[in-house]
Amino acid sequence: MPRTVIIGNGIAGSTCARWLRKLCDDEIILISDESDAFFSRTGMMYVYMGHLRWKDLEPYEPWFWKKNRIHCVHDRVIAFDFQMQTLQLDQGKMLAYDRLILALGSLPNRLEIPGDHLDGVTGFYHKQDLEYIERISPSVKQAIVVGGGLIGIELAEMFHSRNIEVRILVREKAYWNAVLPHEEAQMISRHIRQKGIHLDLETNLQAIHGQNGVVESITTDQENRWPCQLVGLAIGVRPNIDLCKQTDLETDRGILVDDFLQTNLPNVYAIGDCAQLRNPSIGRKAIEAIWYSGKKMGECLASHLAGQNQTYSPGIWFNSAKFFDIEYQVYGWVPKQFDHQTDALYWEHANGQKSIRIVFDVSSKAVLGFNLMGIRFRQEVCEKWISTATCLEDVLASIRLAFFDPEFYPDHAKALYACYAKKTGRSIHASASGKLNEVLRFLKS
Amino acid sequence: MKFTHHPSRPPHLSYLEKCFMGLGCFTLLMIVGMHALNLDSKFIAPAAVLMISASVMGFTWQRFTHSSPGIQNNGVWFSSLTNRKEWAILTTVSISTFYTLLYWWPELLGYHAEGNTGFVAWFDPLSMLLKKQPASQWFVYGLFYTLAILLFGFRFIVKYRHSAYQVRRTLSVMLFQLLFAFLLPEFMLRMNLPYADLKNMWPLNYYFFDGWHLDLLSTKGIAGWSILAFGLLMIFVISPALTYFYGKRWYCSWVCGCGGLAETAGDSFRHLSDKSLRAWKIERWLIYSILLLAMVMTGGVLYSYFTGHIHLLGISTQSLRAWYGFFIGAAFSGVIGVGFYPLLGSRIWCRFGCPMAAVLGIQQRFFSRFRITTNGGQCISCGNCSTYCEMGIDVRAYAQKGENIVRASCVGCGICSAVCPRGVLKLENGSVDWKNRI
Repeated sequence: MPRTVIIGNGIAGSTCARWLRKLCDDEIILISDESDAFFSRTGMMYVYMGHLRWKDLEPYEPWFWKKNRIHCVHDRVIAFDFQMQTLQLDQGKMLAYDRLILALGSLPNRLEIPGDHLDGVTGFYHKQDLEYIERISPSVKQAIVVGGGLIGIELAEMFHSRNIEVRILVREKAYWNAVLPHEEAQMISRHIRQKGIHLDLETNLQAIHGQNGVVESITTDQENRWPCQLVGLAIGVRPNIDLCKQTDLETDRGILVDDFLQTNLPNVYAIGDCAQLRNPSIGRKAIEAIWYSGKKMGECLASHLAGQNQTYSPGIWFNSAKFFDIEYQVYGWVPKQFDHQTDALYWEHANGQKSIRIVFDVSSKAVLGFNLMGIRFRQEVCEKWISTATCLEDVLASIRLAFFDPEFYPDHAKALYACYAKKTGRSIHASASGKLNEVLRFLKS
Repeated sequence: MKFTHHPSRPPHLSYLEKCFMGLGCFTLLMIVGMHALNLDSKFIAPAAVLMISASVMGFTWQRFTHSSPGIQNNGVWFSSLTNRKEWAILTTVSISTFYTLLYWWPELLGYHAEGNTGFVAWFDPLSMLLKKQPASQWFVYGLFYTLAILLFGFRFIVKYRHSAYQVRRTLSVMLFQLLFAFLLPEFMLRMNLPYADLKNMWPLNYYFFDGWHLDLLSTKGIAGWSILAFGLLMIFVISPALTYFYGKRWYCSWVCGCGGLAETAGDSFRHLSDKSLRAWKIERWLIYSILLLAMVMTGGVLYSYFTGHIHLLGISTQSLRAWYGFFIGAAFSGVIGVGFYPLLGSRIWCRFGCPMAAVLGIQQRFFSRFRITTNGGQCISCGNCSTYCEMGIDVRAYAQKGENIVRASCVGCGICSAVCPRGVLKLENGSVDWKNRI
């Protein structure tokens, strides 16, 4: 029986293991030095906030892995021998493989500034980061979060839930402005401040100061010095590939893989955050360190290894997040700035916490993407509109097909139509009520 | 009062929150003390009700209105009361004791047919006002039950004020409890009509086909026959039809009194339900066994009523009925079902015991337009939906596969959809996909 060894039990590695088991009878070994079992990395904040216990993050009960003959090993790989097809484990064992899947994940980026090494300076990515933050929290009264992205706001929300005074330092003019268009970034910035969190925009961290090796304050390039007992670094992640650097494995920022997610070496594959696509599809990044891409890659590679000759195609871009109380969903292509080729219909609720943005091509009027704040849209419906290049007015007329807010929630179609009329002088007549049957008919058609 | 296990962990109670909590505890102790001393005054009952109301409403206001509308689950697993620690055990012991006294030693609560004393007697004036009879232990129980649904319903509405679905659903259970379960039956007694909670149908209402009940209805003329006809209509026509269109939620989380208490007073304990596959297996054996038992028991009682034979296959139908009432009606639904909220979760009775939920569940599983749909591939497997499912459904198992959730036990409370941080779940009604139902 061929042996497949997967290093990393995150969403990519675990998904790959599960699908391999469904599709073939290989011996499967899943190695992780982080945790005993697969857990939801994206849900870690809820453990700190007391919404969940650690075991609630684990989507499968412990018996699941045994029953499916997925052998979980809690150990660390310290060396590869790609010639002999063996791995050296930290606890002394050598492990031979027939196929090796690298799902090594990421490491939080560090800043090359004075004080970066002090106690109390941490990223937030691994289970151990959560444990560390939990351990030092009792002595933290003020925390600094560096970085205006998705992890940054998670950290801010976590500390806020423990009555820790939080200050976020963001390089951009508004929160997550590197990705979000101006209005949405403004909305999030307002919301963060409403929550009682200090948000310092256009501000960089200059130095971290400590006393007896423990962080005690920071200074910014705005000449401010803020006392703090914890500094959360949320300035992005990079592929966790230090172990692969001195080997025959071809790497750039990540491990380079072809369309089948195979590396330059035979029988070695890479998926998830650590993989860098040699030929990313148009408009997509070579490294996508997000949950959904990891999941898709794991599934795709399993099918490929099971003989289905499948190449990785990420499909239409989507992502989601939650900024305190404001949910965020994106489907398709939403640039942060618009040029003469693209434009967007943007409607914002009077309460300043909900918005709909529909991006379209100026010449063809085809819809390219949706950006939703505080409003839920159906992924399949949006994807169908985007993939069939439906024009804006048709999308607007049947916009209710996409509404996914719970029952009795306000229906924003009319406000959206009024917004469109104001922009163009043209009126829209709704052609869909959004009932489930109608949606299912549309998706089948 | 030890509410935190860790100095920096919420929930931190503010000064005012502690005051309101203290007022509630003080009132309960005051009630027990004055009852033990056999004090009597017409002011005690209104004062106790007012003080309890002030405590719950004041606490709610302090707790939930200082933060903007949204999910408020910070510190749920850190609190002693909601993490099966000291306060949870104390609460369970107190409520279970109250139920035990209520069912089997009502005289200790002050109920005496010849003249009430203490606790029950305090409510005689209200009872006289409503139905021109002195209070019974059941009247006082009904009053406090209704008060609990109203006060904790208020709490629920404030806590989930951002969700139109939650607000409407809660107003509905509050109104059904106040009007149909509490006021209307008492008023009917006053009008010399049979006592009837019209929304409470067989088999949850297990005395509906009892001989004494059928006799009573048949002596009350047109009103009695109407109640009988309405009860049958509910069982065989109205409830299957509504379940077909909307799922069992129309009853379990919009109308039912047991469900109403679980959703309101039990809201703080919803995450304690067991999500394991083992629990699901136990659930299926237990709930359908109880349904079968309820049907056999009712069949036996009807057999005896119409034939006059007191034995069916050598078993006394009357004692079968009595044992059902003792074990299922009182011990399971009351002492364990409510008393154990803080240890086993808020829907223990609804999930493992209620024969009505079993019937509606079968209808929902096989013949209903209701399902929870999932939004494409947006699930991040975080586990909020499963954790906060009071029925112990592993919602995430479906959501992460992008599958619809069609489960017999789902009461459609909609909390999974509310707590989902990625907008993945929606409760919907649409045409039945028959081939996926069997």
